[in-house]
Amino acid sequence: MLENIKNFASQFFVTGDPLIYGADVSIVLTTLAIVFVLTYFKKWGWLWREWLTTVDHKKIGIMYIIASLLMLFRGGVDALLMRIQLAFPNMPFLHSEHYNEIFTTHGTIMILFMAMPFMFGLFNIVVPLQIGARDVAYPFLNAVSFWLFFLGAMLFNISFVIGGSADAGWLSYPPLSENQFSPGPGQNFYIWGIQISGIGSLATGINFIVTILKMRAPGMKLMDMPLFTWSVMASCIMIIFAFPVLTVTLALLFIDRFAGAHFFTIDGGGNPMMYINLIWIWGHPEVYIVVLPAFGIFSEIVSTFSRKPIFGYTSMVFAMMIISVLGYFTWVHHFFTMGAGANVNAFFAVTTMAIAIPTGVKVFNWLFTMFRGRIRMEQPMLWTIAFIPCFLIGGATGVMLAVAPADYQYHNSYFLIAHFHQVLIGGVVFAYVAGLIYWWPKMFGFKLNDRLGKWAFWFWNIGFYVCFMPQYALGFMGMTRRLYTYGNWDLGWAPLNLLSTIGAFLMGIGFIFQAWQIIYSIKHGERDVTGDPWDGRTLEWSIPSPAPHYNFAVIPHAAGKDVWWRMKEEMKQGKAKQEKPKLEPIHMPKNSGIPFVMAVFWFIAGFGFTFAPTDITFGETKLTFVWISMAVIGLLGVGLCMLARSFQYDTDYYIPVDEVKRTEASLGRVV
Amino acid sequence: MKKQKLLRRVVFFIMAALATMLLAGCENYIVLNPKGPVAETQYRLIIISIILCLVVVIPVLAMLVYVVWRYRDKPGNKAPYTPEWVDSKTLEIVWWGIPIVIIAILGFFTVRDTFALAKPQDPETKPLTIQVTSLDWKWLFQYPEQGIATVNYIEIPTGVPVQFVVTSDAPMNSFWIPQLGGQTYTMPGMAMGLSLKANEPGEYFGSGANFTGEGFAHMQFKVVAKSQAEFDKWVQSVKQTAPALTKDGYKELAKPGISDKQFYSSFPPELFKEIVDKNGGQYYKQHEHHMKMNQNTNHGDMNHDANQHMEHGANQHEMSGMKADK
Ligand code: HEM
Repeated sequence: MLENIKNFASQFFVTGDPLIYGADVSIVLTTLAIVFVLTYFKKWGWLWREWLTTVDHKKIGIMYIIASLLMLFRGGVDALLMRIQLAFPNMPFLHSEHYNEIFTTHGTIMILFMAMPFMFGLFNIVVPLQIGARDVAYPFLNAVSFWLFFLGAMLFNISFVIGGSADAGWLSYPPLSENQFSPGPGQNFYIWGIQISGIGSLATGINFIVTILKMRAPGMKLMDMPLFTWSVMASCIMIIFAFPVLTVTLALLFIDRFAGAHFFTIDGGGNPMMYINLIWIWGHPEVYIVVLPAFGIFSEIVSTFSRKPIFGYTSMVFAMMIISVLGYFTWVHHFFTMGAGANVNAFFAVTTMAIAIPTGVKVFNWLFTMFRGRIRMEQPMLWTIAFIPCFLIGGATGVMLAVAPADYQYHNSYFLIAHFHQVLIGGVVFAYVAGLIYWWPKMFGFKLNDRLGKWAFWFWNIGFYVCFMPQYALGFMGMTRRLYTYGNWDLGWAPLNLLSTIGAFLMGIGFIFQAWQIIYSIKHGERDVTGDPWDGRTLEWSIPSPAPHYNFAVIPHAAGKDVWWRMKEEMKQGKAKQEKPKLEPIHMPKNSGIPFVMAVFWFIAGFGFTFAPTDITFGETKLTFVWISMAVIGLLGVGLCMLARSFQYDTDYYIPVDEVKRTEASLGRVV
Repeated sequence: MKKQKLLRRVVFFIMAALATMLLAGCENYIVLNPKGPVAETQYRLIIISIILCLVVVIPVLAMLVYVVWRYRDKPGNKAPYTPEWVDSKTLEIVWWGIPIVIIAILGFFTVRDTFALAKPQDPETKPLTIQVTSLDWKWLFQYPEQGIATVNYIEIPTGVPVQFVVTSDAPMNSFWIPQLGGQTYTMPGMAMGLSLKANEPGEYFGSGANFTGEGFAHMQFKVVAKSQAEFDKWVQSVKQTAPALTKDGYKELAKPGISDKQFYSSFPPELFKEIVDKNGGQYYKQHEHHMKMNQNTNHGDMNHDANQHMEHGANQHEMSGMKADK
């Protein structure tokens, strides 16, 4: 018996690597510490009532952001491990298999479990406040989305200690990702982690489109909306068209792996080229999904800190909409070298370059928003100003990559790696960090410390260029991506790799400064008593910080652009109507535990499916039956949760006027 | 302002270090040091695109620095402040116009060369054919006309077009010799063409560019270009000294693992076709009819009997930028 258990454990857990054992220990210790703290301070009830069951968009947003920062940490540590290995290619630090797992998890986590949730967090916190709404259109669904993302991410992450991680690259091309070449649960963890969180992403896309279309404050026309809200709209439109493709693609891959179908293996009449097309039909829009909101954030910040409305508003909206459509017609540029032919390559080369046009226009508009403005160098603005040159160069190298015949030389090389990190870090990460600092006071009621923030800023920026500029050069030296060593073939790559690693560590230090900045500011941060710390322009700055849970005591009338700015102008000139607004009871959704429970069932189902195609044995018996039962139980649980929700009628309540009055008074507002 | 000075010094130091490292050893930039017509065309495009991008990037960066400096919020800043100025038709037309023009120019060159590279490099000369198979984790090269085969090593005559026909008997890889020309995917069950030529004798670096798993980092190979006479001599010496590649020998070779250079004096004549077929090549024959639609080049030179089939494969991909299959 003991023998059987030992044997099973050695198949089930990842063993044999000191790094992994270290991680095991730290995971166990952290979990114990959390359980201990929650129990000691009697916080379990609080956790359940205030967070696990919440449907409040602001709290959901905060949870998204916490999760994404943790994922940024994990992805960042992965990146540093890889960089160490590449700086010393002959050192037996990461062996091949481990390196492959790490770049696969790094890529997947950074895009799907860092950028996406960070973005959703900002959507959640900002959009309802910007359009003068009290919550999103479907608060319950919003909670479902979050928990699906979170448990999907957890499922993907545990592969690190249980079963082994995926190691076929972040897009898992077949045939490498098929059973023949990647047996074992790793690839299934990848599929199910992404599937489960992908359902959540799709629901969020729908939720925010409806919210923006239906829940704007009276008077706010579409063409008056703040640009961040517009960018969310553009991004969500892309989500609802792109994510179903991902779901179907991964489902087919799983059927290949589980049931021995041949959708993507050519020897059974399937076609791996189909997978590559499908995954990029999702994958390319995906990068615009994460970068469009970044444009939105920068638009808000540039305008606020230049004390000028955004220049060329109409053209900004138009540009974003063009990008969201054109973004669908460029996917083939990820595999010009697959040999689709001159006609196809020429078409996709031109569409890809065409995207640079609206993007370039946006840069000019940002510049002219600053032109003849008054630029305040606060933290969010610093990140914005650093973003422009970074994105400009990243965009330029993107145009270079779009030149199809030249791409035959850049493809899969470090030139490509440098390009996409430049747009993902310089565009997406810089934007989300800027947005986080900008909206932080609205979330928590205090500002983030300036001095530490500036240190972080400089470390990130200098580190970025030191890390990635040499990689362009490495691409020209013929260094291909996904190499764990080049020791036996060094063509002068080593010094530049070392330099690049130094840069990566500088960014790591930047991250530490950010963590420190947050912890320090919790204690010492400047309190935001006005609710409008940056002299803002849009509605979210008209309410107290942190926002009360019903957001607006009275829904504002919001005609025209930059509503709050104009209200302030009118108040200054004494023109504002002084009549007291009439308070009414506020209709709010009730908390619910169902989203969390349902996501846990999804997790169980995903775990079962992950192990179902594997050969893990207990003694002599294969455990397929156990895994399948687990999957079935999980799916039944999901079904039951849906049923339970359908019969729940008591889902909302009213906040009485008295309570609203009390809350507003305690926040220093007269009503 | 001591801090600023220190910062400036640090930045300067980093810049200097960067510059020395980047400039050291120019011959290391193999992509920018082409030795064949395909790589040269691609090199020209790279340079054109860099210039066109710089035409936009440099002025915009200069503008950024100027605007941020001039309009910073500082007491006593006399620069104009126009908080109501939000729109200008003329300016908007200018900056929709600039990128459109740049992209149009670049698009023109791109499309022109995409089609140019899809045509035969040198239709007059009979090319040398080399059949390339990517394995886990090594490269097998067969010379059907010479009857020899090699692993992780290619020798070619200078000035003669080389018709590579690539496939894979392992996950998809990508065949890349930067100094001769860009890469193309090697896919199981398909045979695709890539036509390259070396202008001058030399040793060139080649590698697999698309990730295939554990041993992927060890898939580099060497390409040696020599005069025709020396090349013939080399073929003779391989024929005389090297062992034969048998079917069993191939099975052994195809097993996952890394390998050193190998030479074979002969190989089973149908081997390449069998590799393609066994991985699903037969399914592509059914598409033959459909594929004929794409015919804008003729396949004369590829018709040697070992790849009756392969012709379809190459045929269906013939439009691909790089490889002129003839
Ligand atoms: C914080 C600094 C970062 C560093 C130092 C870094 C470093 C790296 C390294 C060393 C690789 C592997 C290259 C290879 O061997 O092929 C890689 C791959 C990748 N990175 Fe990052 N990275 C960083 C941030 C990010 C961010 C923020 C994102 C996305 C938002 C990202 C997305 C990716 C993707 C998608 C891949 C490709 C994975 C694959 O090949 O399957 N990285 N990165």
